Amino acid sequence: MDLSFSNEERAFQAEVCDFIAKNLTDEMKRATALTPSVFSDPDIGMAWQRALHKQGWGAPGWPVEHGGPDWTPAQRWIFETECARAGVPNVNVMGVKMVGPVIIGFGSPEQKNFYLPRILSGEDYWCQGYSEPGSGSDLSSLKTRAVRDGDDYVINGTKIWTTHAHHANRMFALVRTSDGPRQQDGISFILIDMKTPGITTRPILTIGGDHEVNQVFFDDVRVPVANRVGDEGKGWTYGKYLLEFERGSGIASAKLREGLRAIADLAESDLTGRAIDSPDISTRISEVEVDIDALEMTELRVLSALQTGQNPGAVSSILKLRNSEIRQAVTKLGADVIGHDALAVEPMRPLYKLNHEPAIPEDMLTVIPEYLNGRAYTIFGGTSEIQRDIIAKMMLGI
Amino acid sequence: MDLNLSDEQRLLRESAERFIAESYDADHRRRMANDPLGFSPAVWKQFAELGWLALPIPEAYDGLGGGAVDIGILMEAFGRGLVSEPYVATVVLGAGLVEKCGSEQQKQGILPRIADGTLKLAFAHSERSARFDLSKVATTANKTVQGWRLTGNKIAVLDGHAADEIIVSAHIHDHQGPSGRIGLFLVPAQTPSLVISDFARLGGGRACNIEFSDVHLPEDARLGDGHDTLPAIEWAVDRAMAALGAEAVGIMQTLLDATLEYTKIRKQFGRPLSANQVIKHRLADMAMSCDESRSMALRAALKVDADPIERARAASGAKAKIGKCSRFVGEQSIQLHGGMGVTEELEVGAYFKRLVAFDTLFGGSAHHYHRHAELGRKTVSA
Repeated sequence: MDLSFSNEERAFQAEVCDFIAKNLTDEMKRATALTPSVFSDPDIGMAWQRALHKQGWGAPGWPVEHGGPDWTPAQRWIFETECARAGVPNVNVMGVKMVGPVIIGFGSPEQKNFYLPRILSGEDYWCQGYSEPGSGSDLSSLKTRAVRDGDDYVINGTKIWTTHAHHANRMFALVRTSDGPRQQDGISFILIDMKTPGITTRPILTIGGDHEVNQVFFDDVRVPVANRVGDEGKGWTYGKYLLEFERGSGIASAKLREGLRAIADLAESDLTGRAIDSPDISTRISEVEVDIDALEMTELRVLSALQTGQNPGAVSSILKLRNSEIRQAVTKLGADVIGHDALAVEPMRPLYKLNHEPAIPEDMLTVIPEYLNGRAYTIFGGTSEIQRDIIAKMMLGI
Repeated sequence: MDLNLSDEQRLLRESAERFIAESYDADHRRRMANDPLGFSPAVWKQFAELGWLALPIPEAYDGLGGGAVDIGILMEAFGRGLVSEPYVATVVLGAGLVEKCGSEQQKQGILPRIADGTLKLAFAHSERSARFDLSKVATTANKTVQGWRLTGNKIAVLDGHAADEIIVSAHIHDHQGPSGRIGLFLVPAQTPSLVISDFARLGGGRACNIEFSDVHLPEDARLGDGHDTLPAIEWAVDRAMAALGAEAVGIMQTLLDATLEYTKIRKQFGRPLSANQVIKHRLADMAMSCDESRSMALRAALKVDADPIERARAASGAKAKIGKCSRFVGEQSIQLHGGMGVTEELEVGAYFKRLVAFDTLFGGSAHHYHRHAELGRKTVSA
């Protein structure tokens, strides 16, 4: 057993650091640090995706024949860790990490040829049409309906919590094509051009003051049947496959550590009157750091199992839950560290393009919005309550 | 980067788990709880035969040269059986201090005898006024013409009643007065002037308080050459905390397994307890606590020989986190067993008490989060 990296892995680490140094501009770095929502806006995120693509690193998890870099799990770990450490943009995962694997796994040759290169290059920008106003945790109760009419489906209904729908030119969606004996039956997985007539998007502002999510309405929207991925009525299987990708890319601790480091830096700064001198604050920083250490070790244990071709088992279902809870602990700590400056909330967005002097230091601008928006971490991608149901079922068999 | 067990480690785990499952049952534990020695010399002999006493001792001294991860594998299995043999006192703390501080002659004389099971040690360090601060030692060792004169009171000496020799920490006072250095002294347990009061330890095994009033020792009773031994004491206690953390993982896992089984069998309101979501979620949280603890114990073991601050932060982080998790898992195991959980008729309480003892030993969660924070600030300012 050994925590250290091999010479080859260290060489790869140097290559990643070198790539980041050459491609991560100060503007991207500042914009990322000043984005209090989950993903960078497309101008920042896609600039980074293009740089990755040019290097052949646009889709780390994909098979080589579709443009993946053929990395070992340890290389992926190193890549994600160095990216987090450097503060690279948070590229919207809907393309590379979510719809990509589904198209690779279940799409037709035509769909693969058309969509995959456009995801890699950043030419297409994707959003996810899963949740509906009446279907949250009980996702398979969804009602948006696609009715066959010749070579088209005609879609009516509405999707909600659609991240970056206002930026996206494409959506992958779960729609009901028939009514089966179980509510999971009769769901299909479909790819929709967002410019199709009949689609309207309504912004939803989150409590941190950000416009990241939307509600999308479909009124007689005609989508070619050829845009369905896989078999009609099998969408639930594909959708669940994708949710596994959403829940754990399995490498989250490095980003949490950077988040905590930023808060600890504020706590050690005169800007907060050295909040860290309060034993309560310094001990809480340690508590969160130790939780991150534990998560990191669990991630590395999963990674080691994957390296040797073993199935890590149900341990990976713990990762999403702990990641989301620790993230909230970091943001909550931040809110406490900045003291009275928590009262000054900057409403303008984006925070990296303010045209006035903010009331509080720039390093504090995202703290409260991140705390407020961050309440969503234990809700999206399966609530913590759903995750505990899964852990009870998968790990404990109850 | 590889966290998979080696073939040897897999064999070690299998043989340890098999031994515990076959030879260490509830009857044995009950007998030991009422035994004046608190453990079985026959089992200790078996440990020696299985090579477990030699496990972390360097090969040059008839050991197997194993590391902290190997100790952890063994300790997790010990946790499952609530083993009460003096393994931590003798092999982890005692042998570790001799290895770090002893002269070549002392190592030759002591370590092979630990490995073959003929010598048991204990470490007398904690004092009432020091609480958990390892650097606070009021016991003194005054230089005399013939050797040393030891005076002081030690508490919570693990398995001191069973030791052949006791390693005692004391501030060295040489001919010039207080030296500011802490030394370690080997005191034979049979020394007539020792006052040893032993007691049954919370959660199994025994411990004792020891009074040293003007105990005269020969010159060569001191381990090593008079260097300050505090760094070695910190290393040894950090390594012991990693080992005890692994033991706690075995205890927690046993409690989780037992509680899970019970909630599946026990029916109320016409259905098993485990059919209730509130119970499922509690058990899910307990499973997560076990798994996080497993990660932290392994992390502390892997960093035992890292630089001192990194090692100490890993050990304190693990002790704090596993302490917190073990209280949660232990308390909830009792809660979910209902009234029966509070009785001596089930073993849940015995396992829980060992976890409470673990959390307290060498400092509880609050102490170790504080130490972790203090050491972190040292890193930052350095």
